[in-house]
Amino acid sequence: MKLPIRVLLTAVVASATLVACSGKKTKPDQTTGGDTTSTTTSGANNGGKYTPGDLDTDSCLRQRVVYFDFDRSEIRPEFQAAVACHASYLRQFPGARVTLEGNADERGTREYNTALGERRGNAVSSAVGAAGASSSQLNVVSYGEERPVCKEHGEGCWQKNRRVEIVYTSKQ
Amino acid sequence: MKADPHMHNSICTRFLVARLLAVLALSLAAGAAFAQGSLKSEVPTIDIKNGTATATPIVVVPFHFEGATLPPETDVSDVIANDMNRCGQFRALPKTDIVETPTRGSEIKYPTWNMLKQAYILVGREIENPNGDIRVEFELFDVAKQQALLGSGLAISGQRTGMRDVAHQIADIVYEKITGVRGAFWTRVAYITSTGVGNSIQYSLMVADSDGFNPQTVVKSREPLMSPAWSPDSRRIAYVSWERGNSSIYVQEIATGSREVVSASKGINSAPSFSPDGSKLALTLSYGGNPDIYIMDLAGRSKTQVTKHFAIDTEPTWMADGQSIIFTSDRSGKPQLYQAPIGGGDATRVTFTGEYNADPSISWDGKRIAMVQGSGNVYRIAVLDRATGESKAISPGNLDEHPSFAPNGSMILYAATEGSRGVLYAVSADGRVRQRLVLADGDVREPAWSPYRQRGQ
Repeated sequence: MKLPIRVLLTAVVASATLVACSGKKTKPDQTTGGDTTSTTTSGANNGGKYTPGDLDTDSCLRQRVVYFDFDRSEIRPEFQAAVACHASYLRQFPGARVTLEGNADERGTREYNTALGERRGNAVSSAVGAAGASSSQLNVVSYGEERPVCKEHGEGCWQKNRRVEIVYTSKQ
Repeated sequence: MKADPHMHNSICTRFLVARLLAVLALSLAAGAAFAQGSLKSEVPTIDIKNGTATATPIVVVPFHFEGATLPPETDVSDVIANDMNRCGQFRALPKTDIVETPTRGSEIKYPTWNMLKQAYILVGREIENPNGDIRVEFELFDVAKQQALLGSGLAISGQRTGMRDVAHQIADIVYEKITGVRGAFWTRVAYITSTGVGNSIQYSLMVADSDGFNPQTVVKSREPLMSPAWSPDSRRIAYVSWERGNSSIYVQEIATGSREVVSASKGINSAPSFSPDGSKLALTLSYGGNPDIYIMDLAGRSKTQVTKHFAIDTEPTWMADGQSIIFTSDRSGKPQLYQAPIGGGDATRVTFTGEYNADPSISWDGKRIAMVQGSGNVYRIAVLDRATGESKAISPGNLDEHPSFAPNGSMILYAATEGSRGVLYAVSADGRVRQRLVLADGDVREPAWSPYRQRGQ
């Protein structure tokens, strides 16, 4: 029975190696909501480089959070690439929809922070739209300081809350 | 027995211990009121700074129960004494120092109270009516003049379970008689709580007595709630809810729980504020492209736009004449307060000191504005005197927010952060006396002080 086992082992090792080398099988950092099985193929595909599965595997598309400086809504240079790839994906899949959830850190009043969160969501929406997505694909919702990811009172936590989350409500 | 400064310190210690015991006794006696999510006044553990020096001394003698059955659970004189202390303008003699217990004017021995340096003495009786209600008779005297200020048949009746309300109403009458200002002890506070973490957070909009007792749940939600606002007749509350997936404004009738969505436009729907006549709502809407302030007629839902500026304009609150609003705008770079006529038109800037001024609450006479004032990472409550233009910080920070004036302007409720928890504080409008209201668990914020109550509510 040595031969079948050796073949089996080889197959297992080989496939494990392939998995390890592909480097794309880790789960995304943020849950995106919506279904994770993309077996339906509704909506036209413009024939670009992406597949819906890339939302979970492509290193750029997996970036779903844009962070901001205190009291600011400008998109920092390090997030331009993410803006570009999501715009690219949205342009390729006209049926895809995102909600841009704007947030603020806890400092200042809740109502003002609700408006600040929207400003940030709008900034990302404008940038993604300018890069090719259609405005009908973009929805902005602000949660102000009401949805913090952490609650410590310091910059280490505050910077994590000053963010826009890119949430796909429809992948194609 | 001669009062001296050293005795004052030991009186204060015994006062605090007595209060703590009283609070504990009340906790055991009134279990239902302290269920999960309750809000209660505590012994003032922080900052009665300078308050006792200028406060008016008053002795509230325990009221005598005249009935065949047990006295009601609520100690009416305790509730009145706590009200007097909390507003910062009075200092109630600790129970342990009340050496005599007259129940009516004829039993008062003035030399005793003169020696204890009391300015006023309140006595009373609780009489059980045939139907089980309690009739509370009370008399107020000026100690130095040995003169009746309130009495001869003055009484308030209530059910046994409603003695806290009766006590607050008596405190209001006493307060007004002495200060000339209408009392605001018989009022309520609306606030938001959040309990739990992560995906199991539960938000509630609560209404309690303004000393924290008798909390009731008005709304419960798994999505955030924000900005409760009272209608002038206290029957309705407007608030922001994210339960529809985006911020929207509800108006809910407190007695029945029935509610309706009054605004769910695209973008932000928030910061509701009732007009003084209750017919309109000022609110913040961003469907026009950026957050601006609108006025909505509640009957017909028609809207007029008050601010037309690309900046963030939000947190409107009405002047008492119903002709203009004070609001927050960052049109000059960072949030400051502005005033604008409700029909639209130029806004004039109101705050000029401090890099961040927001979230106004106006005193009933329009003379003072309480607001959040930020400097660096420290946010405190400050009160702006409109006549002089000067503002004074009345809270220590660092993350204080959402001030709300009592309807008589004597006190301000606000939200503070202690460690990881949100708590509410009541502070006298001059900042001298501060008392924390503590929630049994969870995070408390967004206090809104109710208008004066009307009987039958």
